Amino acid sequence: MTLAPGKKKEKLDRLAELSAVRDDEQGVSLWREAMRRLRRNPSAIVGAAILVLFVLVAVVGPFFVPYDPVDQSGIREGVIKPGSIPGSSAEHWLGYDHQGRDEFSRLIVGARQTLIVGIVSTLIGLTIGVLIGGVAGAAAGLGGRWGRLVDSVLMRIVDMLLSLPSLLLAVSVAALLGPSLVTVMIAVGVVSVPIFARLLRGSMIAQANRDYVLAASSLGVRKSKIAISHIVPNSLAPVIVQATLTLATAIIEVAALSFLGLGNPDSTQPEWGLMLADAQIYLDVRPGLAIYPAVGIIVTALGFTLLGEAMREALDPKLRR
Amino acid sequence: MFRFIIRRLLQLVPTLFGLSILLFIWLHRLPGGPETALLGERGTPETRAQIRENLGLNEPLPIQYGRFVKRLVQLDLGTSISTKREVTTEFLQRFPGTVELTMTAMLIAIGVGIPLGYLAARRRGSFLDHASVGGSLLGTCVPIFFLAYVLKAIFAENLGWFPTIGRQDASIDATHITNFFVLDGLLTREWDAAADAIWHLILPGVALASIPLAIIVRITRASVLEVLGEDFVRTAEAKGLTERTVRRRHVLRNAMLPVATSIGLLTGLLLSGAVLTETVFAFSGIGAFIKDAISNLDYPVLMGFIMIIAVIFALVNLLVDISYSLIDPRVRVR
Repeated sequence: MTLAPGKKKEKLDRLAELSAVRDDEQGVSLWREAMRRLRRNPSAIVGAAILVLFVLVAVVGPFFVPYDPVDQSGIREGVIKPGSIPGSSAEHWLGYDHQGRDEFSRLIVGARQTLIVGIVSTLIGLTIGVLIGGVAGAAAGLGGRWGRLVDSVLMRIVDMLLSLPSLLLAVSVAALLGPSLVTVMIAVGVVSVPIFARLLRGSMIAQANRDYVLAASSLGVRKSKIAISHIVPNSLAPVIVQATLTLATAIIEVAALSFLGLGNPDSTQPEWGLMLADAQIYLDVRPGLAIYPAVGIIVTALGFTLLGEAMREALDPKLRR
Repeated sequence: MFRFIIRRLLQLVPTLFGLSILLFIWLHRLPGGPETALLGERGTPETRAQIRENLGLNEPLPIQYGRFVKRLVQLDLGTSISTKREVTTEFLQRFPGTVELTMTAMLIAIGVGIPLGYLAARRRGSFLDHASVGGSLLGTCVPIFFLAYVLKAIFAENLGWFPTIGRQDASIDATHITNFFVLDGLLTREWDAAADAIWHLILPGVALASIPLAIIVRITRASVLEVLGEDFVRTAEAKGLTERTVRRRHVLRNAMLPVATSIGLLTGLLLSGAVLTETVFAFSGIGAFIKDAISNLDYPVLMGFIMIIAVIFALVNLLVDISYSLIDPRVRVR
């Protein structure tokens, strides 16, 4: 039986995929199995519940805030005096911030900003890291002698990035680009690049020795095709877990940058890290101004961490029945 | 073993060389320059140009880099542009504070983390287990500077148990030889000075220890759980060894490998955290100095400090690799 070349390749790819699936247990896909186990893990449920609530507040909340988060009504009405910032009242549930703006409204609007900053910076790190790690992993696993050379050059660069304390890296990026919201996102994103790159590379090298790769390559599938359609999809699990965990650290690192004075200089865009950093000077006057955004950050980071850890457990083949 | 150490040290050379080139190009491409920091807004274009000329910043980058390397092999890192003192002097004066702080944090994290992780694994499912796992998850989620402020507000400002800022009380007339204040106190037998320096280290140390502690508890627990399930533990128990021997010789020793790896990786994290903690407690380490050097674009300080930190980081990881073969004789370093 003869097939057109294109058709043939398609068929061969399919074959390689089937052998890959058989490599896992009884045709139950890794992901479906993982989902099943996630649903039975209480800490995954708690983490997911926190995140659903957070995303809901971030997406819908800003449409329902009682006050304009940038309106300095407290100063206009003269209720803010040096050394005294009014706390909770029936009109302003969490009182005013140091510039006379409604704290509750700022927290709600800040949730959206925090979510955006977290997601964008993680995506920046993920994209660059996956590109570097993917190329290095494919080159190391399939590329022969030249491939190993490419891999070791790329990994040396990644190791250099890893050898700098993360905050120093973020601080220098922030200094390079000048203070702005975009800078913060890039600076926090860059820090996670080496982690994603190392993770994907390691996972791809482990996959390159699996039987399905051997099967695909003995069937004559091109190396680039094997790397992109077979190895990468099978290697992504730890990267996705890491991305969930990175979302938590990203939110915390944004706060650290703001604290060092390298955050977003524009306080009309409330963001929890910035609010927390701004509140440090008013700790004696109104500790609440620091505590509310801090609790927001801690709970959200906890949500991402709980879900990420549960995913790691669910995807770990060692822990499968 | 000896050959392994030599080879690893030799491998460090090209990495550092690459890092120094990247850093050099990158730093010199940052907008502005040290002349802006020196003159502020007052400088006329002529004085600016004069300063750049004096600092040798107008020459081509490869020549400037060549000069940097030439001095580097003589272990001379140049002079700070803003403080006019030698970079090595600045470093030796400030780095001991950061080292004392990170060592304190690491001691707390290891001293509490390994026993807690072990107990949590031994009593899996107990209240202690849930509390330490929950606590360690929470620990990684608290911004470290916020924790530092909370600790300072409660234990230093309200309860007055600990000092609020600094490395040593100004009223103590302490002799400083090495700038490791605790060590200085012990060397000169000024016990009160040493005790006071330790007293100043506790709160920032606890704040800085929070994340490493959380990580060590979790890794120890997971690793002990894995080892407890191994056949050799069952065998050891079956042949009637005391629980103490099983614990020490069989479980803990085998469980320590992943913990040692994570301790090596925590060094970078600790240095980052130290910058934040030092700021909150006005603790004079390298943190604030690096922050100023970045905003002033003090090239020699930045190059020098970052290179030294990279070397230290690499040495710590070498020590970790060596410790593998001490923990587990099967691991032969090659």
